[in-house]
Amino acid sequence: MMRFGMVIDTKKCVGCMDCVVACKTENDVPEKLNRDWIVQDVRGKNPDLHMEIRTERCNHCDNPPCVYCCPTGASHVHDLGGIVLVTHDLCIGCKACLASCPYDARFVHPEGYADKCTFCVHRVEKGLDPACVSVCPTHCMYFGDFDDPNSQVSKLLASRKNHSLIPEAGTKPQIFYLV
Amino acid sequence: MNEYTTTRHNELVDPSLHIWGWEIPVYLFIGGLVAGMMIITGYFIFKGRYKDKACVCRVLPLLGMIILSAGMFALFLDLEHKLYTWRLYLTFKVASPMSWGAWILIVVYPAMIASFLINVPEYFSKKFPWIDKISEKLQQHKYAVKNIGVINMLLGGLLGIYTGVLLSALGARPLWNSSMLWLLFLVSGLSAASAFVHMVAKRVDERELLAKADNGFLILEIFVIGLFIIGMLTSTKVHIQSALVLLSGIYAPAFWVFVLGLGIVIPLIIQLLAVNHKIKHTPIAPIMVIVGGLILRYVIVYAGQYTRWVDASLLP
Repeated sequence: MMRFGMVIDTKKCVGCMDCVVACKTENDVPEKLNRDWIVQDVRGKNPDLHMEIRTERCNHCDNPPCVYCCPTGASHVHDLGGIVLVTHDLCIGCKACLASCPYDARFVHPEGYADKCTFCVHRVEKGLDPACVSVCPTHCMYFGDFDDPNSQVSKLLASRKNHSLIPEAGTKPQIFYLV
Repeated sequence: MNEYTTTRHNELVDPSLHIWGWEIPVYLFIGGLVAGMMIITGYFIFKGRYKDKACVCRVLPLLGMIILSAGMFALFLDLEHKLYTWRLYLTFKVASPMSWGAWILIVVYPAMIASFLINVPEYFSKKFPWIDKISEKLQQHKYAVKNIGVINMLLGGLLGIYTGVLLSALGARPLWNSSMLWLLFLVSGLSAASAFVHMVAKRVDERELLAKADNGFLILEIFVIGLFIIGMLTSTKVHIQSALVLLSGIYAPAFWVFVLGLGIVIPLIIQLLAVNHKIKHTPIAPIMVIVGGLILRYVIVYAGQYTRWVDASLLP
């Protein structure tokens, strides 16, 4: 079995938004909507401040509430590495999946179906990295199989301090941020 | 200092979720109202009151079907991919409350039609005598009639419960993530239905009975709202913040004034005086209860969308 996920090095990310542009181009994401985005998270008290820049998207959760709440089975887990996808012509546009996502990673495509990051499954099936990973100029993004202990992503997680987003929501997100 | 900036500004999602407009609260209210009407109809049928031509259970099934159809139309209007609605009925997803709801909405209609046929309204029995014949035959089978009453109560309960579970299963919205929501919506539905039936009933004893029942439901609703809030306030930081959105945040005026004050407490006082014969029964209190029930769904749906899981350290 494979379990695809991402590791993002926040020490390297500069928030250039190349990943955002690559995603929009690769997946023809409509105007004013984004499947991935940049967050700047500043914490602490001056002068002891800590800033984390990170690229965010659907976390392709292992315990995906968007899949469970879907009344038609449009939201589903793909056989290939647990990628969470939406079958467009099964989606009725009820928006339950938008409400169920603690990351607010989904949106309604102008054509009416729920849309979100697919980890560029059409590229992954060909053995390629998702578009955002492949264009990153600082090489801060890594895509791979967490079930393989020898994969680069597994090794990075084992060797570096990291965190995921809102793990307390219980969805088991599969994107990890190196700090 | 905590500062969080994002480049995302997706429609319907940012700055806070606003995917559901008026259609969903209206539908949830109607679902609860019709659920209550089915339970009341079922109870009257079970108790044998259907034999009385003036019984309100004679008109309730038809009214219920019309009102529920209007609610389902509102639900349909909310869908973004309308031409694919039929996809709901090609599958059953056990983990999805919305899938349960889609099927519950289908099975409540035959139950309401059955209760309609037990005691057909005069207009129909005169215009379509064959319906009256079905009704006469049905009434000869007393156990079948009782079972129709029980089925109406059960399916009505299921419909009312589902409207709450629909929201409470969406754990990403902390305000909805409460196991009290089904009870709140069911009791509120029963209360609104009692108020509605109180207004349409012809028999004085039925009006009196439903006013008393409504008082009971309103008192219960106050307790359920209290427990709902206590549950939130004794949970995690995001849940506490969610409760504060209702108690002292932007939805506080609507919650305190319209839901609790004008929707529950004041009509309860008016109806308590009315059932104790201190004042006359007027439609004022029932109308306040019905509008209060609708505003309750509005407040819960809107405030729930306003709440979300955020990193607890970002919270004040």
